[in-house]
Amino acid sequence: MHLFLIRRLLLAALVCLTVLVISFTLTRLSGDLAASIAGPNATAADIAIITRNYGLDRPLAVQFLDWARHAAEGDFGRSFLYHVPVWGLISDRLPITLTLGLTGLAIALTISLPLGILAAAREGSAIDRGIMLVALLGQAMPGFWFGLVMIIVLGLDLQWLPISGVDTWQGYIMPGIVLAFSAIPALMRLTRSGMIDALAADYIRTARAKGLSRSKIILKHALRNAAMPVVSIAAVQLGFMLGGSVVIESVFAVPGVGYLAWDSISKNDFPVVQAIVLFLAVIYIALTLLADMMNALLDPRLRG
Amino acid sequence: MTSSMTEPVLSIANLRVAFGARTEAVRGLSLTVGRGKTHCMVGESGCGKSISALSLMNLLPRGATRSADHIRFQGQDLLGLSDREMARLRGDKIAMIFQEPMTSLNPAYTTGSQMAEVFERHRRTTRRQAMDRADELLARVGITAPGMRLGQYPHQLSGGLRQRVMIAMALMCDPELLIADEPTTALDVTVQAQLLRLLQTLQQELGLALLLITHDLGIVARMAHRVSVMYAGQVVESGTVSEVFAAPTHPYTRGLMACIPVPGTTRTGEPLGSIPGVVPRIPPGFVGCGFRDRCDFATPDCAQTVPLRGAGSDHSYLCRLPPDGTRVAAA
Repeated sequence: MHLFLIRRLLLAALVCLTVLVISFTLTRLSGDLAASIAGPNATAADIAIITRNYGLDRPLAVQFLDWARHAAEGDFGRSFLYHVPVWGLISDRLPITLTLGLTGLAIALTISLPLGILAAAREGSAIDRGIMLVALLGQAMPGFWFGLVMIIVLGLDLQWLPISGVDTWQGYIMPGIVLAFSAIPALMRLTRSGMIDALAADYIRTARAKGLSRSKIILKHALRNAAMPVVSIAAVQLGFMLGGSVVIESVFAVPGVGYLAWDSISKNDFPVVQAIVLFLAVIYIALTLLADMMNALLDPRLRG
Repeated sequence: MTSSMTEPVLSIANLRVAFGARTEAVRGLSLTVGRGKTHCMVGESGCGKSISALSLMNLLPRGATRSADHIRFQGQDLLGLSDREMARLRGDKIAMIFQEPMTSLNPAYTTGSQMAEVFERHRRTTRRQAMDRADELLARVGITAPGMRLGQYPHQLSGGLRQRVMIAMALMCDPELLIADEPTTALDVTVQAQLLRLLQTLQQELGLALLLITHDLGIVARMAHRVSVMYAGQVVESGTVSEVFAAPTHPYTRGLMACIPVPGTTRTGEPLGSIPGVVPRIPPGFVGCGFRDRCDFATPDCAQTVPLRGAGSDHSYLCRLPPDGTRVAAA
């Protein structure tokens, strides 16, 4: 288990470094930073001054190492746009995005696990086909459209929930549901197919030959073996929700990291983009690691 | 139950298992297993042995239906039991072990927890009591350091050990009847011999009725009191082992016997017997002998209903041929 962890952590550090190098290079290749900081009315002299002040005339490798040295000390630089420390911009928004992502995941799991198990236990029945049809519809439905429909129905017509912002906890419900809907089809399908495989296994026949109850066979013997791919995908889905909630955050006017990322990319606010990429990479890696550890707890064969 | 001393533990009459309208996998199987006795069902793959066993346990795969005149276990007809009542018997009074020791245990739980679970289910005991019982039984099936094995996972055990665990698990609740479906087929020969000896010892000591399924006539000769030779869902020959082995009568039984090399008799380089072809898939309503397409003695009469004939005091077979008659191959 210790060796397993050390190997995983080393791998994680390498992945982080790779992500950083690539994103650093890409942001620098995407246009002249000095020009975009200076704005449309700037003269060539203005741009030259900015280039020198921001150190943009140095070789790329030197700039990267300089940034990395500061980042290691917790200093991610200042935003070109807002002229405040990048860390403050992100740390203000991170709790909102985390809350939203976890709400989405919680909703997704509460819906997809029981339905996936039910579909597998009744494989081929009308219930199974009905559940799979819902999964298909969920997959085909664009998130922003579903979000707008909910705003119109739940927010404007029925006035049950706030249509934007997250000033109260109710504000998380609608965007949480929309995020959950993007994850539900995959989670439900995986639960179903994993359960179908597990229920066909020889050890299930043994469990039945032991006279165990149906609920014990399904929830104890089959589910534990079916859960591993679900755990892995749930971690990836949470990563998507945290990093890719740009559309949902803008539909519901949620001031989260996703919205900040979109804003910074479109305005070439390079230090913010760079820091967000780093955070997302770390979050992704941490989630994958967490999923691997949960799987090792579920399956003794992985503990080696 | 006063009759339980003389009445067989298990008595099956005219068991049929069909998969929809296309296949009848078991066609009128009848057999009995007495207390402390071993009854072997022998036949090649696909002849309906395992399906018969699963149908006794009411564990048939979806789409299969069973019917019978009766399936009597300790005087009680299992056909009339609800799913819940049947589940109460399974693992308690009737236990079963399977061919695949590598996959028959759940990889996610320790052997101890899987063994304890069946005792807790049927005896309503605490985990500690169930673990003590599991420890006792692992020692009983010849596992050294049972305490350590209880905490291990299936992937940490060899195939032979896993099958011992399966046997111990089957014995947790002192079953009356043990159904063993090819329990040693997947194991190498030395382990196979050890396990067969173990089963024999346990049976004698516990007075188990053992229904042993195998394709190996050597195992039959060694283990069984009675034998039923199955072909295409039917018992084509049955009787005490001594009578059937002394005078195999059905052409299929004879064919099976010819496939076994006999030390001292079979000469080096001499080809062993084999039965050409495979077991056919037989639809419901099929009439006549199921073996006729592979039989050297088949005549048009074999498409008629075949009589069950006696060949000795406790020996019968399903064929139109006389027991010791002069047999001429048809072609």
